[in-house]
Amino acid sequence: MTLPMERHVLVVFPHPDDEAFGVSGTIATYVKQGIPVTYACLTLGEMGRNLGNPPFATRETLPQIRKEELLASAKAMGVTDLRMMGLRDKTVEFEDDEKMVEMMENLIEDTNPSLVITFYPNYAVHPDHDATGRAMIRAIRRMPKETRPTIYALAFSNDSKEVLGEPDIVHNIKESREEKMGAMRAHISQTAWMLEEMDKRLADGEPEAENWLHFERFYTYDFNKDFE
Amino acid sequence: MELVNVEQLQVLLNKFANEDVYIHLETTNGAYASHFDEKVFNAGAFIRNVMLRYELGKVAGEAPHRVGLKLPHGWVYAQGITHFELDEHDRLLMAGHDQNGKLAVALQISKTPFTY
Repeated sequence: MTLPMERHVLVVFPHPDDEAFGVSGTIATYVKQGIPVTYACLTLGEMGRNLGNPPFATRETLPQIRKEELLASAKAMGVTDLRMMGLRDKTVEFEDDEKMVEMMENLIEDTNPSLVITFYPNYAVHPDHDATGRAMIRAIRRMPKETRPTIYALAFSNDSKEVLGEPDIVHNIKESREEKMGAMRAHISQTAWMLEEMDKRLADGEPEAENWLHFERFYTYDFNKDFE
Repeated sequence: MELVNVEQLQVLLNKFANEDVYIHLETTNGAYASHFDEKVFNAGAFIRNVMLRYELGKVAGEAPHRVGLKLPHGWVYAQGITHFELDEHDRLLMAGHDQNGKLAVALQISKTPFTY
């Protein structure tokens, strides 16, 4: 699937691996189409719980491991502009709200995106996800309507389909399947259990597993149905 | 990290007593606990780089162990400690990992601040 052309795509998530599950195929597709992609990752997932038993890392060595994984994932997707924003996992919602909006404004000013991909506030489960989407949507809301980038928002809370309906944007990323698997494998400290499960489900020919590798879904954010 | 050796851990806890130390204390059942199972009550807490001084530190019980630090006016307590190490920066790292390899509790003691 060829995606509509964009001037620049800005992807903003709080944790290394957030991009892998739902967006890496889309990112890789944009990159292959020659569209510049910037990925800003707010934290290094410092508070991740997957440390193994026996442990392969400690609370203090995990950030370095996840930083390497993030770099490897960017490489797998072909992303050359990766920005690590230096916040701490779990704390995004407790940062000063205005400071967070400014961070997003600076990213927008710097990259002049025609499309922003982030989480849908209140439908993204992890408080860091919601806080990231909130800050980005506030920043874009302040822009004059005619200069606002389009926002593709990711929602996966248990009630998201019930409230928001089906996602209106569906990307067939079958041709970027390898890049997506590459991004998933790059975050192996976090995805090992999930990949194992998926291999099993793929081997069993479960359509849902194939589906997940072929389609990525987003909601075009509508300021007429603003979250606040 | 190694499985807790009570004698070795006790020696290390003694080493940090009666000095100003930075503490990282954390417990969690994961940010997604109630997403995967709505019956689970999501709870967790952490403090990081709080400075204190303890007069007595003990590791107690069979594995998973408990660790308690007695302060002049209070306590630090962690339950479920399975692993420990003195890392390359001479920080005493203790953690409890469940059967799935997920961290459930951590207690760390250092003479210098932990990173951000």
